[in-house]
Amino acid sequence: MLADLLEPAIVISVLAAALRIATPILLAALGEVVAERAGVYNMGLEGTMLIGAFVAYFVTFQTGLASAGLLAAAASGALVSLLFAFMVVTLQVEQIVTGLAINLLGAGLSTYALRAAFADAATVPAIGFMPSLPLPWLAGLPVLGPILFEQKLLTYLALLAVPAVAWFLFRTRMGLELRCIGENPKALDTKGLSVPARQYGALLFGGVMAGLGGAFLSVGSAARFVPDMTNGRGWLALVIVIAGAWRPWRILAAALAFSLLDALQLQIQGVGLKLPFQLLLALPYICAILAMILLRPRAGVPAMLGVAYRREDVA
Amino acid sequence: MAGALVPRLAVSHLTKRFGQLLANDDISLSVLPGEIHCLLGENGAGKSTLSSCLFGLYRPDAGSVRVDGRPIELRSPADAIAAGIGMVHQHFVLVPAFTALENILVGTGRGWRLDLAAARRAVRALCARYDLALELDRPVAELSLGEQQWVEIVKALYLGARLLILDEPTALLTPVESAKLFRVIMRMAREDGLAILLITHKMAEVMRSDRVTVLRKGRLIGTAATAEVSRDQLVRMMVGRDLASPRSEPRTGPATPLLRLAEVSLRDADGRRHLDAVSFELAAGEILGVAGVAGNGQTELFETIAGLRRPSSGSIYLAGTRIDGEDPAGIAALGLGHVPNDRARDGLVPDFSIAENLLLGQQWQPPWRRGWLLNRPAIRQRAATCIAEFAVAASGPEALVRRLSGGNAQKVVLARELAKASRVLLCNQPTRGLDVGVIEHVQSELLRRRAAGCAILLASEELDDLFSLADRIMVMVGGRVVALVDRPATDLATVGRLMAGQAAA
Repeated sequence: MLADLLEPAIVISVLAAALRIATPILLAALGEVVAERAGVYNMGLEGTMLIGAFVAYFVTFQTGLASAGLLAAAASGALVSLLFAFMVVTLQVEQIVTGLAINLLGAGLSTYALRAAFADAATVPAIGFMPSLPLPWLAGLPVLGPILFEQKLLTYLALLAVPAVAWFLFRTRMGLELRCIGENPKALDTKGLSVPARQYGALLFGGVMAGLGGAFLSVGSAARFVPDMTNGRGWLALVIVIAGAWRPWRILAAALAFSLLDALQLQIQGVGLKLPFQLLLALPYICAILAMILLRPRAGVPAMLGVAYRREDVA
Repeated sequence: MAGALVPRLAVSHLTKRFGQLLANDDISLSVLPGEIHCLLGENGAGKSTLSSCLFGLYRPDAGSVRVDGRPIELRSPADAIAAGIGMVHQHFVLVPAFTALENILVGTGRGWRLDLAAARRAVRALCARYDLALELDRPVAELSLGEQQWVEIVKALYLGARLLILDEPTALLTPVESAKLFRVIMRMAREDGLAILLITHKMAEVMRSDRVTVLRKGRLIGTAATAEVSRDQLVRMMVGRDLASPRSEPRTGPATPLLRLAEVSLRDADGRRHLDAVSFELAAGEILGVAGVAGNGQTELFETIAGLRRPSSGSIYLAGTRIDGEDPAGIAALGLGHVPNDRARDGLVPDFSIAENLLLGQQWQPPWRRGWLLNRPAIRQRAATCIAEFAVAASGPEALVRRLSGGNAQKVVLARELAKASRVLLCNQPTRGLDVGVIEHVQSELLRRRAAGCAILLASEELDDLFSLADRIMVMVGGRVVALVDRPATDLATVGRLMAGQAAA
């Protein structure tokens, strides 16, 4: 039975599923790493993703265009993060508390909007499945083709965002400035540049990415919206940022490791191995906790992460 | 310096308030191109506030600033930088994880691409101009304090500074590094016409400047050409009175040993040896001076005696009771006070009030508690007494310690630890970073304690301090005591040789 798992067809389908599972987490984590490099914890990822998921679903349902849904999800993520940025950067409210509030808001608001839009929440209409987008020529490659190049638009986007974010953080002026804020905001302030403006920008990017991550869950895979459908993926993205030591490529590795375990446990359930399914479901999360304990990567953590910057205080 | 020159910087009638406190009261001064201008004053005199106003970090409440004759408004550091004002902060504003080059480069230039190669060329040229050997691609965390200082200065120059404000630049430097700093800023002024505003309270540095402006308690006392005033005149302007030099008188009669160390060794988890068989006795009414280049085991010695570290072998007795292995609270209860080396990190909680900082460690002792509750009136009362007795410049017992200047913060530590030290007082660099008026105060306080029968262990990098206060002097090198002599039996040069002779080994 276990040998079935090693069939080439099954290996390929597990790997392809792992990429799908990784997509929303990777999107949110790549947005979050930019915000955290700029010194701000956005613990509200879960709520932002939920709102993105609902908005994407609703707009796609109304317009019939998945692309409109994705754009609207990105915009809603930006809006939520703008609220978050106003709270933590301008008003300097404690970041973790604000993040938790955003999560409550996201869960409540998306469920409320669902009920308000559809009288019978039990029979929420489904939307069309978002088609896969096989890349010409590349999809025809043996093994790699079905794994990498028969995915959906957002999966390609998430994968391309890895080198893009890495390039931005480590090869551009703005990336250096953001990293400087995360390490010592005064060092940038005393060069005459605005710390808040950059933190707003970083948070907006994080919000857009979280909104898209949410959109992948509703429009990209489930073809409908279910309350609390993020199911902890926002939190997981925060863990992945830590496990990835605040570096985009390592974040990709961490996200893939997690989602591979998840895809594998789904497959194991499928082949009917005699293990309690609750244990299988918990497996990726248990591994995530073990990874956190074993890796303890303190090297990458921005020194001033989570500390609001006030000028009068530091002089 | 002729009056015909247009001042690079002209400040007129600048005033800055923090609530009740008038930090700068109607200050006017000017700095000429090519001039080294000293801003002299005690801690809390308003020097740092003034420089923060000039760099746009604080908005002054009144007054105006001109640069090269043009009036400018300083709303933020961006305005200051645009006007050619550069600042080197007393506490370095660097990113330890970035390389020196990244620290210099961040926040400058245009475009998206980070052109490290071009920046490296430009910074190399700047370093070559002043013969600086800066390792641009090493993380700042790995650089010495002296090198970090150069990174700060090059940072300001790279931004195009034509007026350089240096806030106590030598506070953390070794004498050799300080001398080099002076050679270079002298060249910047003389050869390249930079205007230098040097904030300091070290008289030796002041005497090398062209002009000096003295502040006291936020007010302008006066500006003088350095060549025309004496050191004593300047001290009087700064402190408002003449200074006495405290000096210890020889001890009389036999004394009972209060602190005894026998073969105390300390290794850390990596097996590195910090203390190597240290033995000495310290008697009541005695000051034992610890001399040594920083990092030769002095801080470890103090922390081991105070119970913050556990010796790997040997024993320590306080008034006959064995204390090694005891916890710090138990040791303190036997009458031991400890003034730590780094007051900001180990001695104080910046976000606590003066009253709370004075209470730290004694919160379980009567009369400071009533049952489970703090006895607030008594705590406040005690704080008010300490503030008056030690002349702490603060608005009151509830003032936050983070708002205090370094000297006033150190007075809070001293007040607390002196109160605990009924038998033994450990003082690690008690006067570091303080100005002459406060140093005098601290030194006479130590002598009063000695007269009252306290046993004092005093470490200082200022050998003059040790020689004016200590009864005996102990020299430490590499965690070992290499000499322990009566003060009259030795001299500065001998101790200096002992410190340096094996420091390299």
